[in-house]
This record gives sequence, C-alpha cells and structure tokens, in this order.
Amino acid sequence: MIEARDVSVDIAGKPIVAGVDFHARPGEIAAIVGPNGSGKTTFLKALSGELAYTGRVALNGRDLCAMKPVETAVQRAVLPQATTLSFPFTVREVVKLGLVGGRSGVLPGEDARLPERALARVDLDGFAGRFYQELSGGEQQRVQLARVLCQVWAPVLDGKPRYLFLDEPVSSLDIKHQLIIMNIARDFARRGGGVVAILHDLNLTAMYADRIFVMHRGRLAATGSPQDVLSDDLIEKVFDCRLRVGVLPAGNMPFVLPQSAA
Amino acid sequence: MVDQSIAGPVTASASEGDRSGRARIVILLLCLGLAAAVFLSLTSGASDASAVNVIGGWLFGTVPDNAALSARDSLIVYDIRLPRIILGMLVGAALAVSGAVMQGLFRNPLADPGLIGVSAGSSLGAVAVIVLGATILAPVTALLGTLALPLAAFCGGLATTLVLYQVATRRGQTSVATMLLAGIALAALAMALTGILIFMADDRQLRDLTFWQLGSLGGATWAKIASVGPIIVLALAAMPFLARGLNALALGEATAGHLGIPVQRLKYTAIVGVSAAVGASVAVSGGIGFVGIVVPHLLRLLIGPDNRYLLPASALLGASLLLLADAVARTIVAPAELPIGIVTAIAGAPFFLWILLRKRGVVDL
Repeated sequence: MIEARDVSVDIAGKPIVAGVDFHARPGEIAAIVGPNGSGKTTFLKALSGELAYTGRVALNGRDLCAMKPVETAVQRAVLPQATTLSFPFTVREVVKLGLVGGRSGVLPGEDARLPERALARVDLDGFAGRFYQELSGGEQQRVQLARVLCQVWAPVLDGKPRYLFLDEPVSSLDIKHQLIIMNIARDFARRGGGVVAILHDLNLTAMYADRIFVMHRGRLAATGSPQDVLSDDLIEKVFDCRLRVGVLPAGNMPFVLPQSAA
Repeated sequence: MVDQSIAGPVTASASEGDRSGRARIVILLLCLGLAAAVFLSLTSGASDASAVNVIGGWLFGTVPDNAALSARDSLIVYDIRLPRIILGMLVGAALAVSGAVMQGLFRNPLADPGLIGVSAGSSLGAVAVIVLGATILAPVTALLGTLALPLAAFCGGLATTLVLYQVATRRGQTSVATMLLAGIALAALAMALTGILIFMADDRQLRDLTFWQLGSLGGATWAKIASVGPIIVLALAAMPFLARGLNALALGEATAGHLGIPVQRLKYTAIVGVSAAVGASVAVSGGIGFVGIVVPHLLRLLIGPDNRYLLPASALLGASLLLLADAVARTIVAPAELPIGIVTAIAGAPFFLWILLRKRGVVDL
C-alpha cells in the first residue's frame, strides 16, 4: 500500500502540488488524470522520492523519507515521460540496467534471460541489438518500460507488493501498443502488485483504472471509481471543456474506443 | 533479422546487443598491447643501452662480456627508463580513466579534465607550491614534504571540479554549453593566477615551469613514484566501484536514483577520485592533454559505453598510448626530448575535431 497524506510540493517558491491525499492499493491500477500543468508529474516525482515535499508518504508502511534509494528501488520502479541517453547503449544494455539493484525477484540465474523476456512483453522482440538512440520515440518508451519491468519483475517480493509508477506510459504509442502496455499494467496488478499511472486518454482510464485521482491546479479535484468520477460536471470544471460522458457521435461519424478491442 | 528466424529466436538473440564478450577480448588484447609498449619503452631511448642484456642478466644471471658497459646499461634501465615507464603508465591510466569517469558523471562524451579546466586548477595548485614553496608556503611544504606538490594539485583540481559542477548542473541536468563555457572561464582564471606566480618566479624556476607546463615525464624518479603512485593507484582502485552507478547515470540522475543508486555519494566519490588522479598526474607530469578524451571515445566505439569494461580498458589503453607518446617524445629529436604534451596534443587535437565532425547532426551538443 502506498499512502500519501497532505502532500505539497513547492518549486522555486511556487506551490505546484497542494495538500494531496492519495493511496494506491496492491491489486489495483490507480490513475492520475488532469489537464496539463495540474501537478500530476510533480506529484508522482514526490511519490517516487525525486522531489522534496511536505506531508507524509508511506511505502508499504514505511516512511519514504527514511528509506535509502537502494531500499525504495526494491519496492517500486519508475517510468519517466521520456528518457534521453547520453551514450550509445544498445537496447539490451538499457534494459539490463533495470537489473542493477539485483532484486528482480526471479530465481537466481534467470536474470540473464530477463531482458529478452521483458522486451518480448513490450512487443520489441529482436530489438536487443539495436541502438537505443536510433529508435523512434514510441519504441524508446517501450524499451524503458522493459527496463522498469526488469527492476520489479515479480509483483510481490518477500511477501510485500511492489509498484509500477508510470508517467504517461502510452502517450507516444499507437493504439495496439497502448493496449499492450495497459494490459501489462493490469496483469502486474492482478498478480498482486500495484500500479500508479498518469494518463491522458479518459477512455483508456475508464477501461483500466480501478480508482481515478483527478488533479486540478495542484489539488485533488475528485477521487473514486471511473463510474463515480467521470461525469459531465467534473470534466467541464477540471478540463474547462464542455463534454458529455457516454454520448454517441451524431449521424454516421465513426469512432473507435479501446473498449472494443477483442 | 532473416538469420534469426531461421536459427530460432532464443539462440540467435541470446547475445544480440550484448557486447561484454567483445569487451573482454579487447581488454585481453590491450593487456598484450601494454606489455608490448612496456618492452618497446624499455628498449628504446637516446642511449643505446640494451634492456635485453639487463633483463637477461636479471632473469638468468648471465654476465655480458663488458662489465662496465653492463653496469651503465643497468643504471639506465633501472633508474631512468623503468621509473619513467611506471610513471607513464600511472599517469596515462589516471588521465584516461578520469576522462571516462568525468564523461559518465557529466553525461557527456566531451567532458575531459584538460578541456574543462580541472587540469588548469591542478596546475595552479602545483605552481603555487613550486614558486612559493620556499617563501609563503614554507610551513606547508615543511609539513608535507614531497606530498605538498601532489596535494596542492589535488586541491586545485578538486576546487575547480566542484565549482564547475555547481555552475553547470541544475536539478540533475548538466548543461553542456554551460559546462564547456564555465570550464573555459575557470581555466582562464587558473591560468591567469598561474601567470602571476610565474611572473614572481626566478629564472631557474621559470625554466622548470615552462617545461613542466607543456607536460613531460622527463623527471621521473623512484621518489616521485613513491609520492604520487599511491594516490593514483588508490584513486584508480576506487573507480571500478563506480562503474555500475555511472552506467545507471546515463539514464539521468533521477532515474539512476530510482534504480537504487546513491547518486549524491556516487557524484562526490567520482569528483574526489578524479581530482586526486588528475592532481597527482599534473603534479608529476604537467599538462598532458587529450588522453582523457581520445582514449574513452575510441574504446566506446569498440566495446560500447558500459563502464564496467570501459574503465579498465581506458586504464590499459591510456597507459599504452602514453608510453608510445613518450617513446616518440624521447627519440624524435634525440638526444634532446620533446615535451610529451606536445606529442599528445598534435595527435589528440585533430582527433577531437574528428569527434566533433562525426557528432554534428547526430547528437545535439
């Protein structure tokens, strides 16, 4: 369980996140949604220990402030929005960096095969020998996800659930790979881990999230199940955009929803 | 791709993108290369002293026909060439590994102790001891003895690196432009202060300084090795422990932290280690440039950027190249000798330009 109480983050004297209460349970996908600049990424950075915050964050019952990097690395893996590399690493070498902490959770000796398995999971079979810098943005994002998966391959380790923190994991992906990645997240949760994901696509969010946290101007605007949260009023208030939930387009205008995936 | 589907994905992809095997072979070859460079350096020089005779005598107890000549050869090999070779290896390894570590730390292949002012800072510290050692700094030199020079060079290098890092890094992101410009500014400042010291120096100090600033292994003695050898060996021995952390740092400081790397400790260990290694090298051999940028870059092309292999390979290649450069410096204008810094600059500067040309358009600098 991840519990955040009254978390606030100031950057350069400006409050970016103010008094956010948050929790992520094992077995669930907790989605954070909200307009650009609403503090989603900043909040996730506080949650991952990257930014200083006030308030309290507990990771599986332990105060985040009291944990060393090597300890938090066992409990959760973090996928940033985009990662640029400073040197010409191959895809395999990048994915292997996920094993640097040595607690993937597979049997000893199986670690060596993990990069292949992780790459296969994100639909990048055969990419191991390519140079990371030569890949497209969407492929790079999936390589990073493979690295993150290696770090916490077993969703539960030593009886404790582990977590995936995903910052816009599908933002640069085509629809097929959006579904693949979200299914990986759901599978990770079903096997006992927890997922915290920042998402922009409200349809994907409704389809996959067990609980939605809506952020607006650094504060929590609403929280609850997709059915409770996604309402006309909330969307208008938060996104400043008059939209209606569950209304089909008029006439023969085509629309494609991820929910229709076989 | 076609081969892979025929051979089956498991066997074909088992080592795809894994360059550790190649890296091990390259390191083995570099060991042989270093042995060859040592042999070449032992046997070449302004004098016709025969290292083969001396080593033969040492190993097998054979006494050459002319005992007097043999004694002279022995002196040249043991007291002139051998310390110079050991010092050359230490300095070459220190400069190359420091370059590789700094590049990992700054996340940029252009970071080099010589280029960004660390060597200039070390020089300032060393020159201060040389010029002021008998006057203002007399208590310090009296206290530290032969360690005063390398320690002063270390402090100069450390101060420069710390200032540079503070200026160029904000929130874990190092701006390359800021780093290079700040390096130029710091180097200019250090050189100006060095200039003031040189202005105060007497004629004898001046000659020493000029030669020393161009870089030379000429004054190698066993005593010098005893004073800076342990510093360099200690710094080099600490570096491999940074390799995994530096690899993770290639993903950025935040991500390295998420992977469990204690980033702050890594950074400070790297900065202190580099300053110690560069400071000690500058103290004994002056400003030898371009080793730190050329060696890691060449090796990255060969074996990739994995620091677990890059650091030892850099040490080996740096040591070999400096021995070869020194062999050139000793023999090309024999019986006089060229400062080795001139040799490394003549070979290294065009190489550096080539790196820039290759990079243009590929990596945004």
